[in-house]
Amino acid sequence: MNYSIQDILSYTFMQRALIVGIPVALCAALLGVSLILKRYSMIGDGLSHVGFGALALAAAINLAPLKAAIPIVVVSAFLLLRISQSSRINGDGAIAIVSSSALAIGIVVTSMTGGLNTDLYSYLFGSILALSQQDVVLSLILCAIVLFLYIFFYNKIFSVTFDENFSLATGTNAKAYNMVIALLTALTVVLGMQIMGTLLISSLIIFPGLTAMRVFKSYKAVVISAAVQSVLCVVIGLFVSFYAETATGATVVCINLCCFILFGIIGFFRTISFKKD
Amino acid sequence: MTILKCDDVTMSYEGVNVFEHLSFTLEQGDYLCILGENGSGKSTLMKGILGLLKPTAGKIEYLGGLVQKEIGYLPQQSAVQRDFPASVCEVVLSGTLNGRGWKPFYGKKEKLLAEKNLERLSISSLKGKCYRELSGGQQQRVLLARALCATKSLLILDEPVTGLDPLVSAEFYDLIKDLNKKDNITVIMVSHDIKESVANASHILHLENKTCYFGTAEEYLKSNVSNQFVGMWGKL
Repeated sequence: MNYSIQDILSYTFMQRALIVGIPVALCAALLGVSLILKRYSMIGDGLSHVGFGALALAAAINLAPLKAAIPIVVVSAFLLLRISQSSRINGDGAIAIVSSSALAIGIVVTSMTGGLNTDLYSYLFGSILALSQQDVVLSLILCAIVLFLYIFFYNKIFSVTFDENFSLATGTNAKAYNMVIALLTALTVVLGMQIMGTLLISSLIIFPGLTAMRVFKSYKAVVISAAVQSVLCVVIGLFVSFYAETATGATVVCINLCCFILFGIIGFFRTISFKKD
Repeated sequence: MTILKCDDVTMSYEGVNVFEHLSFTLEQGDYLCILGENGSGKSTLMKGILGLLKPTAGKIEYLGGLVQKEIGYLPQQSAVQRDFPASVCEVVLSGTLNGRGWKPFYGKKEKLLAEKNLERLSISSLKGKCYRELSGGQQQRVLLARALCATKSLLILDEPVTGLDPLVSAEFYDLIKDLNKKDNITVIMVSHDIKESVANASHILHLENKTCYFGTAEEYLKSNVSNQFVGMWGKL
């Protein structure tokens, strides 16, 4: 059991997990900050379930899982965004219905076509062993696109997140930027599902932002802190899960939870001293 | 110089007409208060002026070189903002975005403009502070600075003193009046506070039961509309 870091890094599956994990964690954290503040946290969760349904369907009809899932999840992202913005339907409830239905359809399709195979199992709970070289290349390309668009639209995303009415009134096409956020989230969710699994990917999006908000007070500081912390948690999580032989996704989430508690305590003592002043 | 013209405008909210046949014009340097009870169409009209809602009939026109994205808007605060981690500087800078077009990052010009407007409202000392930790009055000043970054000529304020204590409200009204008088900025304010409105505004637009009254503040005080409405508050 005495593996050195070099030993671990010589495993192809660990290399791939790191190469995919780090950029995905970065994207997830950046988008997470906006999603939390816009009260769209549920969309990430809903999308991951839709992603699972899509993968199950793709597996049933022998399509490449990632390529089949991406368009379906992107379309669903726009749909969920519409639902959550609509005042006529109860957004929360509608998203819950979409996500549980997608999961249920996925499971029904799977059981009809011969039960859970390893691929689907790994999408449900996440697995670093299932990453193919093709997945790695596709993930890297998509992450680069997400990062580029995020940085390019950074100030607009801030403005739209902070005050949609003001942005609209001053001629920013807030709806289009909401779509951009939804599109980027959809891509990140599908990519993140590979490592984190359907059931845990939304925590990769939500945790870093929420944690950073305990302590930091400017948007930029929150975004940077979330990004750094998210990447660290994924890297540490990968190594810990290797040593402790635990499930990767779950380990990453547990480490995120530790961070959250730590930052929560720091934030708590800060508010106390702030009030004393 | 006329900068805004509403011509026989009818607007509806969820399929019901909230007011009909509204006509008025606004000159550069006017201070217009829009009064009326809840549901009388104040916010609907404001959205119409901002170009966010289309009138069902009639026309709202910008004149004299005014364009929609150069309107400074101070919306009502939303729940999202109350726990939003942002520095004052970030919030005020976001007001300059409309002038940037596709350019992604702020340049020197935008930073100077933000500094200038922070100074104008004497809140330069708050620059690095966290927006959510400010008092209500300070937050409104920050949002006003952001609105000023977006405009040179027209400010639209949506019930700006809601939730502020009387002293801070009075200060805020003085501030708006100053901007209107000294910098010749046209002001449109949606308000519940008839007393302050009549005291500060040059014109009053009163919406009630689908009818509208438009006139100068003095004419308004003498009119029947105000007597009915003011009556509830006692003599002014």
